[in-house]
Order: sequence, then structure tokens, then C-alpha cells
Amino acid sequence: MSLVGSVSSTNEHATQPVLFRLTRAVVILSLVLAASVALALLVGRQHIDFSRLSSDEFDRTLFFRLRLPRVAMGLLIGASLSASGAALQALFRNPLADPFTLGVSGGGTLGASIAIAAGWSARVAGVPLVFLASFAGALLALMLVRSIARTGAVIVPGALLLSGVVLNLISGAAVLTIQYVTDPNSALQILRWMIGSLDVVGFAEIWRMLIFLIPAWIGLLWFSQSLHLLAMDHDTAATLGVNVRRCETAVHLLCAVMIGVSVAVGGAIGFVGLLVPHAVRLMFGEDLRIVLPGSLLLGAAVLVLADLLGRTVLSSGELPVGAVTGLLGGPGFLWLLRRRQRYSAL
Amino acid sequence: MTQLLMEARQVDFTYPNGPHAVRSVSLAASPAMLLAVIGANGSGKSTLIRMLAGLLRPSAGEILLHGKSLDTWEPRLRAREIAYVPQTMTMVFPFRVIEVVLTGRTPHLDTFQIEQRSDYDKALEALEMVGAAHLADRPFTTLSGGERQMVILARALAQEPRLLLLDEPSASLDLKHRAALIRTLAGLRSSRNLSAIMITHDLQLTGTFFDRILALRCGEVAAQGTPEEVLRSELLAEIYDEPAVRAQRVGSQTLVWLDQ
Repeated sequence: MSLVGSVSSTNEHATQPVLFRLTRAVVILSLVLAASVALALLVGRQHIDFSRLSSDEFDRTLFFRLRLPRVAMGLLIGASLSASGAALQALFRNPLADPFTLGVSGGGTLGASIAIAAGWSARVAGVPLVFLASFAGALLALMLVRSIARTGAVIVPGALLLSGVVLNLISGAAVLTIQYVTDPNSALQILRWMIGSLDVVGFAEIWRMLIFLIPAWIGLLWFSQSLHLLAMDHDTAATLGVNVRRCETAVHLLCAVMIGVSVAVGGAIGFVGLLVPHAVRLMFGEDLRIVLPGSLLLGAAVLVLADLLGRTVLSSGELPVGAVTGLLGGPGFLWLLRRRQRYSAL
Repeated sequence: MTQLLMEARQVDFTYPNGPHAVRSVSLAASPAMLLAVIGANGSGKSTLIRMLAGLLRPSAGEILLHGKSLDTWEPRLRAREIAYVPQTMTMVFPFRVIEVVLTGRTPHLDTFQIEQRSDYDKALEALEMVGAAHLADRPFTTLSGGERQMVILARALAQEPRLLLLDEPSASLDLKHRAALIRTLAGLRSSRNLSAIMITHDLQLTGTFFDRILALRCGEVAAQGTPEEVLRSELLAEIYDEPAVRAQRVGSQTLVWLDQ
């Protein structure tokens, strides 16, 4: 039934089924991730002779105890930060939201720093207290920044980012204070957290992270349909059957778990969560059902490659991955800021 | 007796730290009924529609959908019955128009189900109904106010609801698309038994196409009835607090104007 005679055929791309676009994105980005992992495993400051892995103890240790866990760590953290960035951007309807800009990483770092300075090396039911402290810090920061930026039912985009910046400053100052008053050993450990590094030996830490991250990833993908609607408009989502409050609470908790665990292990690694979702959007469109899994895969690849760069770019020593993502991601953030005509509601 | 589609009984709404926005309003909508809500700015029209859409919870009174309290409906099932068209929608991310309209199909999908070809066809059909099929591949963020309105309406039509709640949809539409909107509503009323509750300031329109009119004044019902009963000079003067307003029935239409 056409009541106004202005019907024209639409671009085929507009009506490409979501399933086709999702499959294409997952296949392409999985290949990118596989290539990044292969490259990161092959290249390093120390040459590994892969033909002698079974016979040479040094090469075996180097590969299985250091390089492979490090790449796995980059993969887990990159995936988690990027997916939570994509989810937070959708939830807050703000293209500049990410764990770093919202102060959530800062909150996690502060939580972890308190745990280190207090000497909380204990575990609760197998969970390191540093994980829990970092999770609590991240969740607290997320709730705080949201409540500050919220006016009635509306979250003011500028206030959101500004409160994130201020929260980061406060967290930074608190961490500095802790470093100043704590013992030198703890202070050094905290410094490592602040910069962000993927230094890891063996797989024990990786397994512990996986216990938290895999359920969180699945949980986030579970909400991708709802986040797709929330990214458009909260009222729309509510009238289309989304339980907005339940979805918001769940996504907050899931992001806090992912960011908390990532920060507790790798420190505050900036800008990955901001830029990766945008890159996925540019390649595969705005649909969150594609952006979320796409961010998981591309985020993993990007952090693995950023760490590879950090490991190899200097002739002497290593550049922490947090410094690499900061140096490359900072200009990317500014570039996004300039694209205001595309994101008019900043 | 005809089964009521939606009923509001003595509903109140008060914003935090604010006065009563809506006070003791009752209304009833039966299948295939077009109901207009009129009133001056700030008279509580949008608050009322948002309550009917389930976006605000009444501070007193109750709203029934098919005789069952609106609160007790599972959100997805409720979304198959009611579609809401807001005044406007500000979107941050440049979703394409077809993606926006396709979301109207969400209530008909399971949690992990992805839209099928038939859903795309229904989304395109909805865009054609409002004369916006040519916009399908455009980013929503690049559209004008009127174009956005048509797309939001198309999304609501793709939802295939029994009841459409429209918050002043014709405000930013040109004459051609305003006529298309009304003809679409009238057409869907005949073909699908669609009902609509629509806020409008276009009194001429209400007099011609609507079955009933609810007039609000300061959050309370000032008048309710057929267009002939409500669109009268003395009532309109009271509703809008404007003594110069005049209304006169001419055939099946009502002319409304301001006296010099």
C-alpha cells in the first residue's frame, strides 16, 4: 500500500541480511586476529627456532612460558576493553565513551593499588583480592560517573566525559598518594599498573582471567540485541520490549568485571576500547550485533599487535603496551573529536 | 459490548518536585478508533501518552491493555500491541534508515533471532506507506526533522501494533506528508483494525478524521466526546484560554479560526 508515490528501489547494501553481514565480519576479523597472533608469536627480540621447540629447553621456555602467555594476555585484555568500550558507547549513546575516558579504568587502578599497598595477596574462593578490588573500583567509578552525568532520565554527554576526566584525575592523585606513603616495592608494582603492561609468566593468570572473562563476554553478547536498540534511543528500546533498567544494570556489571580484571592484570591501557569499536563500525556498519563481536575480535588483534610493537620498536628495552596505545590512540581520540558533524550530540 | 483495547482509569502523574502534570484522566480506546488528544502547551498531553506507552508509571490510577494492567504485560508482548511515535528522536550514531525501521520488527523476534527477508519486506513496506522508501539507505542523522518523523512513523508501522500512540507527529510534516499520515492511519484502521491515540494541535484535522477528541487543560480533562461535541467555540476558548478562537461545523468538517 503506497500512499505517497515516491517509492524507489533501495541500495542492496541497505537490505543485506544482518546474519550475512555478521558472518562476513566474524570471518574477516577472525582471520585478522589469527594473522596478528601468528605474527606476534613469530616475531620478538629473542629469536625462537620453532623447529627445536620440542628439543631445546630455552626455546620451549621462551615460547610457552613467556611469549605465548603474553600474546594470550594481550588477546584477552584487548577483547575485553574493546567490547566494553562498544557496550558503554551504546549504553551512554556517546561515541567518546570508553573504559578510559569514563574514568572506569582509573577506578579499577585505584582499587588494585589499594589492594597492593594493603598487601592483599590473599584470595577469596580462589579469586585474587586484587581482582575483586579492581572490579569494585571499576563498578564504583561507572556508577559514580553515571549518576553525576544524569539529569532526570537524560545523561548529558559533555558532563559524562568531563566527570570521567575528573574521576581519572582524582584516581590518579589517590594512586600517587598511595605510592608516596607505601613501601618502595608496592610503589613500583603500582607504577607498573598505571602504565599498563602485559608482562606475564606462565598460564596461571590467564586461566584465572578466563574464568571471569568468558562468561562476561557471553553475557555481553546476550545483550547485543538490547544494546542495539539502546544505542538508538532509550525510549525506543523501552517501547520495543527492552527492560532498560535490567539491561543497564547487567551491562554495568559485565563491563566492570571485564575492565576490573583487565586493569588488575594489565593496568590501565587506554584508547583501545574507544577506537576499536569505531573501526568496526567503519568497516561493517552500526549494528551492535555486529559491532560487539567484531570489537572482541579486532580489539584482541589490535592489542596483540600494539604489544608486538612495544616489544620490538626500541633497540634497547621494551615500551609498555599502555604507552603504545596512548601514543597511537590519543591522536585517534582527537580525530574523533573533530568529526562532530557525524556525531552531532557530543 | 465491544472489548476495549486500552483504558485509562483516573490516572495521575506528578514529576519529582513538580506539580500534578496529569490529574484524574480517564479515557477508553476501542479497536479501529482514532482518538485525538488536544490542549495547550504544558497541559499534560505528552505525559499522558508516555504513560499509555508504559514509559512513565502513573502515580495513581491504572492503565489497562485488553483489560489487563499495563504493568503486568511482558514488555515484548506489550510491544506487539502498542507502538509509540515520539515527537522526535535524536540519534548519535549514524544508523541507516532501514536499520531504524527494522527495529520495529524486534517484538516479533525471539531473543537471538535475527531479522528474516520477510522482516525486511515489512520494513520496506512501512517506509513506502509513509512515502520514505527513497530514504532507506540514508543515515538517520542526516535527515531533516520531517524526514525523521516519517521514519519514526514507519518504524512504528513495521511493528504492526493494534494501537499507535503518536506524540504530535504532524508538527514537522509538510502538507503532503501530513495528508499521507492521516490517509495511512485511516487506511490501516480499515484494513487492520488499527487504533490510534494522537496528540495534535491541528484542530482542522481532528474535526475531519478522528472519531473522538480528548481535551486536556492543566492536566485535567476539559472535554471528551465526538468532534461535534468538543470543537465548539466556547469549549475551545476555555481549553486554550483564548477567547478569540471560533469553530463552526460545515458539512462533515469543522472550521476553526481566530476572530480578529
